Amino acid sequence: MTPITLNALSRETEDITAAYTAAGGDSAVLHNHGLASLVVSGNKVLSANGTEGIVIEKKETEHGVDIKLIIKKGYKIPLPVHLCFGLVHKDGLQEIKMDFVAEEDSAVELIAHCTFPNAEKVIHKMEAEMLIGKNASLKYTETHFHGPYGGIQVLPKAHVTIEEGGRYYTNFSLISGRVGYLEFDYSVDAGKDSICEMVTKVYGKADDIIKIFERVSLNGENARSVIKSRLAITDNAESIFRGITEGHAPRARGHVDCMEVLQGNAKAEAVPIVRVDNPLAKVTHEAAIGCVDKKEVETLMARGLEEDDAIDIIVKGMLA
Amino acid sequence: MSYILSLKNLILSRDGKKILRGVNLEIGDREIHSIIGANGAGKSTLAYTLMGLQGYEYEEGSIIFDGEDVAVLSITERAKKGITLAWQEPARFEGLKVRDYLAIGAKGNGGITEEEIKEALRKVDLKPEKYLDREVGEALSGGERKRIELASIITMKPKLAILDEPDSGIDVVSLKEIVSLIRALKENGSSVLVITHREEIAAASDKASLMCEGAILRSGDPLEISEFFKNRCIPCDNRVSPPQVI
Repeated sequence: MTPITLNALSRETEDITAAYTAAGGDSAVLHNHGLASLVVSGNKVLSANGTEGIVIEKKETEHGVDIKLIIKKGYKIPLPVHLCFGLVHKDGLQEIKMDFVAEEDSAVELIAHCTFPNAEKVIHKMEAEMLIGKNASLKYTETHFHGPYGGIQVLPKAHVTIEEGGRYYTNFSLISGRVGYLEFDYSVDAGKDSICEMVTKVYGKADDIIKIFERVSLNGENARSVIKSRLAITDNAESIFRGITEGHAPRARGHVDCMEVLQGNAKAEAVPIVRVDNPLAKVTHEAAIGCVDKKEVETLMARGLEEDDAIDIIVKGMLA
Repeated sequence: MSYILSLKNLILSRDGKKILRGVNLEIGDREIHSIIGANGAGKSTLAYTLMGLQGYEYEEGSIIFDGEDVAVLSITERAKKGITLAWQEPARFEGLKVRDYLAIGAKGNGGITEEEIKEALRKVDLKPEKYLDREVGEALSGGERKRIELASIITMKPKLAILDEPDSGIDVVSLKEIVSLIRALKENGSSVLVITHREEIAAASDKASLMCEGAILRSGDPLEISEFFKNRCIPCDNRVSPPQVI
């Protein structure tokens, strides 16, 4: 095993910090000791900073890092926790295992940037088990940047349990650079009076492949959920969306909403699935696949925009 | 008198049916000109044809705008020359903020300040602090969306604004505001072609034309045209088509 020197670590920190900025992150937050943060490059934890009410445990493994992140009972963390996962090399494998717990009555916002700016042959796997405790709240925003080459496989898989009165909001976006191969697989079990909102926004180009699988099981009375997916694909990119919502309890309410915009030779498939086995539950869905709306394009052209610029604004708006 | 727009014998068919049957029309510089007529008369088709929308390419005749035949120009090119259109049912844009939407049309005029955007919203009776950061999307009511569409015309400052039924979906109380807005467009230097059913709007015009079955039947004093349409126009169902141009 190659020994890691302080200089090498320092360089890696600089590289990942630059990559974090490229992904849209503000690198200053990673060096602010008043903010909780975690920076992982490959299988190295470059920095980990907890604040009151937050416990961060980390263990480096052969190809990645195992992380346990706990928000202690009753703590409302006032400022977002910043996470950075990445790999600056052209090739490699990164496996992240995340065990997240928001204990009862806690609240936190996590802002994650996952950055692979030079990826030509990279695999990024993430397996997460997340527990949102009774009346706890998690807002999770994950922004990816994969660089221009498309040689990356991103395989995030998570199971989320929301206990009574818990709230879980997540927003995954991958709209800059290439996607490569994305297989996004999240499932949620929602308890009584809980709220779950999952949003995914992805822009596929060239021969990118996008697979979005999301499932919410509304197990508790009055549980509510929205699955919202916005995909834009162009060139020869392909996408598959499967959004499942199951209503198993009285007054459970769920909605699946998928909109995909196609250009060029792209191919898309959207399958919203609703299953209800409680007569007092209600789950609805909508899905639309098509080219950019002609009237929207013509409206912007009538204000003086070229057709391509009009389409660009419409697509970016949809993914905003 | 100099004309900003001159239409000569404009003929257009869609799906094998003649929709415009030889439209002749002249609109003066800084003139407010209303086109009134029954549903199906071809008024919106005329608006789309002037803007150059896809599927509305005319077969015969000419559109001379500001001294130039715009037949071969795209929508964008026509807009850059100074023509724009406010749709009867404006498009919705997910994720596009009102402030950004209103700035788009002003790009051709060297951009716009935030205060000018706010002023345009005030002119259509929308509070800037409430609307600047809202999406031009589904959450807006029909009336709000129409007002934002009119605000986008104000910020663009076109030479010719074509307003397709700007009053539809807006309550009667607001008609006065629409009228004053149309006048403000004129004062701003624009000619305005308004397609409308409302006498109040026609009455505020400098000139009006009555359109029937794809042709302009008569043009002249707005009150006279409006009166003719209301009281003397033969109901479409009882008329032998096509009507004679007077």
